Formats: sequence, structure tokens, C-alpha cells
Amino acid sequence: MTRRRVVDLTGARMDQGAALIVRHALADMGPGDEVRVVGDDASLVPTLRALARALGAPFTVEADGACVLGASTHPDGRRTGGMLVPTAPADHAHPRWGLAARGTLVEAGGPEFAFPLAEKRAVWTDELARLYAQAAAAQWDPATAIPWAEPRCDDDAVEAAVVQVMAYLVENETAALLVPARFCAQVHPHFREVLQLLAIQTADEARHIEVFTRRAGLEAPRGPGPAPMPPLSTVGGQTSLKSLVDEPDFALASFLLSVLGEGSFLSLLRFLDRYAPDAVTRAVARLAAQDEARHVAFGLAHLERQTALDPSLRPQLAAAVHARHDALAHTAGLNAEVFDALVLIAGHQPNRPAWDPVGIATGWNAVQELIAEMDAGRQVRLRRLGFSGAEAAALSALHTRNFM
Amino acid sequence: MRPFILGAVAYDPKVVTIWDGFKLYFEANGLSFDYVLFHNYERQVEAHFAGVIDVAWNSPLAWVQAQRIATRLGRRAQAVAMRDTDQDLTSVVLVRTEGPATIADLTGRRIGVGAMDSPQATLLPLLQLAERGLDVHPDHPNVVRHDVLVGKHGDHIGGEREAVRALLHGDVDAACIIDGNLAAFTQEGTVRAGALRVLATTPAYDHCNFTVLDGTATRPLTRFLALLHGMSWGEADTRRLMDLEGLKAWRPGRTTGYSALDRACTRFGTADAFVAQQVARG
Ligand SMILES: [Fe+2]
Ligand SMILES: [Fe+2]
Repeated sequence: MTRRRVVDLTGARMDQGAALIVRHALADMGPGDEVRVVGDDASLVPTLRALARALGAPFTVEADGACVLGASTHPDGRRTGGMLVPTAPADHAHPRWGLAARGTLVEAGGPEFAFPLAEKRAVWTDELARLYAQAAAAQWDPATAIPWAEPRCDDDAVEAAVVQVMAYLVENETAALLVPARFCAQVHPHFREVLQLLAIQTADEARHIEVFTRRAGLEAPRGPGPAPMPPLSTVGGQTSLKSLVDEPDFALASFLLSVLGEGSFLSLLRFLDRYAPDAVTRAVARLAAQDEARHVAFGLAHLERQTALDPSLRPQLAAAVHARHDALAHTAGLNAEVFDALVLIAGHQPNRPAWDPVGIATGWNAVQELIAEMDAGRQVRLRRLGFSGAEAAALSALHTRNFM
Repeated sequence: MRPFILGAVAYDPKVVTIWDGFKLYFEANGLSFDYVLFHNYERQVEAHFAGVIDVAWNSPLAWVQAQRIATRLGRRAQAVAMRDTDQDLTSVVLVRTEGPATIADLTGRRIGVGAMDSPQATLLPLLQLAERGLDVHPDHPNVVRHDVLVGKHGDHIGGEREAVRALLHGDVDAACIIDGNLAAFTQEGTVRAGALRVLATTPAYDHCNFTVLDGTATRPLTRFLALLHGMSWGEADTRRLMDLEGLKAWRPGRTTGYSALDRACTRFGTADAFVAQQVARG
């Protein structure tokens, strides 16, 4: 049975969206049903005539000026033949799902997006939601979280050592920003949690770059007197980082960066939190370490799942460590300036000169402990990925001497 | 054998996308098809009579021109298909809310229209005003034309938008546009709610059609029309083309919707010079 519905638009204005009310009335109509629209706006008839034409709906004007619109005779093409994006992450994300949210219907005939990382196994870990929530809750404001007004170390040599370490950290953090940023644009957005996590990780690194730069004071205006010697960015350091930035494979890059590199950095930042001579350096190191722990946890969780699903990935990871080691074999590794700076920082005692032999010995031992701790940490994480104790020890030993 | 050749006017860069898409669709379905784009409808009508194209995607004014030339030459023009959205359009004469209350009140006022050759934004609304007693025609000193892309017969929306802007700025006292653009300009924000009022609406008229002349080969034409009518808005591949061309279904051609435009052309002499020139060429 056909229905005739009446929509009274008396007092409603067509130039304030009254046509929406008619469209809504038309939406649930069956074949033969009609909507009769009455109203007192002079633009009622031309507006509804144009609307009916655009919808493919029959249209007549009755003697009293009322408009009668019929149901569209066309199938709702935008809802037929489309693809329903699953609400849970699928094993393979279809190129045509594009940017659509999970749980939506994608109209047929749309563009295909070329996201290279479209397989769940290549990107997923069940830890994602938890890690993202943690990261979102743990965002800190560099302006207020750091006691910027606290004094620097009054020993010029130790202060110069801190500046050198900060400059080194900035270039490492820049690599740590570029790698997730690049893969963020390659992951199919169907895996939105991966996108979100990589994006927030990138934002973490942006803050790290900011606070280390600010602590180093490299861009601060100079006072009178001779400029201090600028800290050094070495061939060895940049070559090591370039091999990370250039790694095209997501699994290999996240293995080298997060599991091995950021894992080692975690130890370094905790070392600075413990030994740095001033409150600002200790705070920036502590806050960055909190973030890095999440970055390591994501890399580890995602690779743990992936190596469990595909054991052939393990030899590829090992091969990547070997290849990077060989590529960097001719470089100097950690630059002497950074190593010396760490010794100086760890050995410094208030009221004792920087180059005091007792202090140097203390610092030296602390750096040796740091290197041993980094090695032990890498071995633990490698074993979590299923490497044997012997394999883990061998691979950890091949990790870049530049730490990251 | 030469393909079936369609002529269309390039009023927008998307015209290339549209007809490239149609060409793929026709050829995938066994119709050897090609198309030629013209800068303006006059060149298209001329080429049609010269046999350069088999079917012309004509504006309503181009249809009137072709139909008159054909009659004078003893030939026959036929409208074979049109979009559902080409049928039963109206144009509106807009005034500012506090502006003239009746058509007679427009006497001595400035009336903004579209391009000189736009049926919907110039010829038909001016005919409506003239037939209801206003002394007006496209060259009248009180008529302010917005001659955007003359030769495209008003296919370009720009002339109508300029007419409405002139009305909002107070440069004219009325503006003539097609009904669909009233909603479009309101939605895009060109027209503020409450700023304008519809003073008059034209009777319904028809817009574009596919025109053929006598002597067009029947078989490819039949295939062309069958393939048009076979397009479905429910299917993604053809829907893309239909959305670009702005229709939900193709309809058989009809010429009942051009009588007002024919009267306008007679009253204003719009097509006379062009038709005479084409007839003289034979
Ligand atoms: Fe970092
Ligand atoms: Fe990091």
C-alpha cells in the first residue's frame, strides 16, 4: 500500500536548510510512496524541484502550490556493491578501504590506496591499544615538566661534556623521529592503532629533540668573550644513523631502531639521570627514558608476534645486524668526544676539578658498567624474540658501537 | 570504418574526464566511439552540419540553432536522448529581501543576468519578465550581463554566481539563476540566510540533449542509445560517469521543453545572425 506523508514547512525557510526535512522524509519511502510538502517560503517550489531532480525523484506541483515528491526510482547506488570494513583489524587490509574508519561501508568505485604495509602480521601487536593509551596519558609539557631555571654545572669542562652529549642525543633522536614517521605513512590506516602509536612516538621524539637542544643551549644567543668549541657530529655517528634512516623494511628498521638502538638508549638516559651534574639534564633524561621504554615495548611486542607467526623472520633480523655491522666496520663507532664526556660527567664530584684522576677512574668504571648493562639489556630482548643465549650474545656484540 | 563521433563543448576541464570515461565504456561494449571537443556551441553546430560529428551534446540554445538551421536547409534535427536532470528545470528571479515586491516594481531597476547566450540565466528569465509586461531584453540598458565564457551557453556556473554577488552587493536589483543554483549558492555560503527572496519563477523547461541530423547511420546510433540507457546509477563503474555528468538515468529525447526558449530566441533575435550565416553557407 502506498503512503502519502505530509510535511508542513510553514514558517520554515528554504535558505536555512528546510530541504533537509524533506530529504529525511523521503529517505524511508518505498516505491509509490509520496511526500506532500506545503509551506509559505517563495523559494519552496524551485528548491524542492531542484532537490527532486538531483535525487531522481518524481516531482509535481499541485494546484494549491504544494509540492509532491515521489520515492526515487533508483537503487541507492552508494550503498550497493560497496565494501564493509570489518570492525576488528583484518588479516589483510584492502587498498580500496583507503582511509575509511573500521565499521563503515565504502562506496564501490572509489580509489585504491597503495599502502605497502597492509598485512596485519607485519604491523600488529595486541599491546597496541594499551601502549597508545599509556603514551597519550604520559605526554609531558617541556615548558613545565623541566626545571629550566635550575643552575648549570659551574665546572666549564663538565658543562662542555653535557653539551657534547646533548648534541649527540639530538642527532640520534632525529633518526628516531624519521624512522617511525616514514613507516607511519606506509601502514594501511585500517590498522589505526599502529598509525596512532607511530604518530605519538614521532611526537615523543619531537619533544626529545626540543629539550636536548634547549639544554645544550646551542641555539641560545652568545654573550661576549670567545665562543666555546662547538660539539662534534662525527662521520661514524651519522653513518651509523644513516643506516637506520635508510632501512626500507619495517620489521628490520624497528628491530634495529627500537629493540637494539632505543633499548641501548634507555640505559644511556638512565645513566644521565643518575650522573648528570644538574637538575635540568637529569629531568630531560628521565622524561625521555619514560617515553623510550614505550618505544622499545612496541618494537619488541610487534616483533615478538611477527617472529612467532613467521620464524623465518629471525634469520633475517640476524642478517640485518650482520649487514649493518659490516657496513659500519670501517667507521670509528662512538666518537671519542661522547665517550670522554660520559666519563667526565659520571666521575664529576662537586668541589673537585673535572680532570681529577680519582673522578676519571670513577667515571671510567661507570661507563664500563653502562656498556655492560646495554649489552645485557640487548641480550634479554633478543632472547625474547626467540634467539638462543649464544645467538643473543653474538648479535648484541655486533650492535653498533654508536649505541643507537 | 570511421567511429561514431560525438561533439561536446569544453566548458570545464572535467569534460575530458567525462568523455574519456564514456569512450572506455562504449568501446568496452563494442561501439567504436570517438569524441571531439569544441570551444563553443556555434562551432559545434557548424561542424555537425558539416558532417564532422555524428551526434552533438547540445545546449538548449544550440538545439534551437540546429533545429532552425535544419528547417531552413530542408533537413531534420532530432533530440534522441537527454539526462533525467535535463527535464523540467526552472529559473528564478531573485531580489533582496527588502527589494521589489512585484515584477512591475522592476521597471527602471537593474537586472543581473548570466552570459548573453545563457538560456537559464538570461534568455528564459528575461522572456518570463517580458511576457509579464516588463520592457526588457538582453541588450536593454537596465540588464547587467555577466558574460562569463560566451559561447558556452551558460554551462559555466560563473556567470550566475557573479549575478548573485552583484545582487548582494547592491550593484543590481534582481538576479536570474537556475533553480538548482539557488540551493547551491545558499549551501556554499554565497547567499546568507534571509538575504534574498524569489520574486518570480519561470515555467518548467528542458536543458541539454543529444542531437542528430538526418542521415546519421542507424546502427551505431541505436547502439549508442542502447548503451546510454543501459547505464545504471546502481553500478559503481557507470555511476562514476553519471555522477560526473550529473544524472541518475538517461531519458529518451523530447522537444516539448524548448518552446519557451524558441519564443525567447524569436523575441530577442538571439539566434538570427548565426542561423542566417549557417544557412547561407548551405
Ligand atoms: Fe627519543
Ligand atoms: Fe624513541
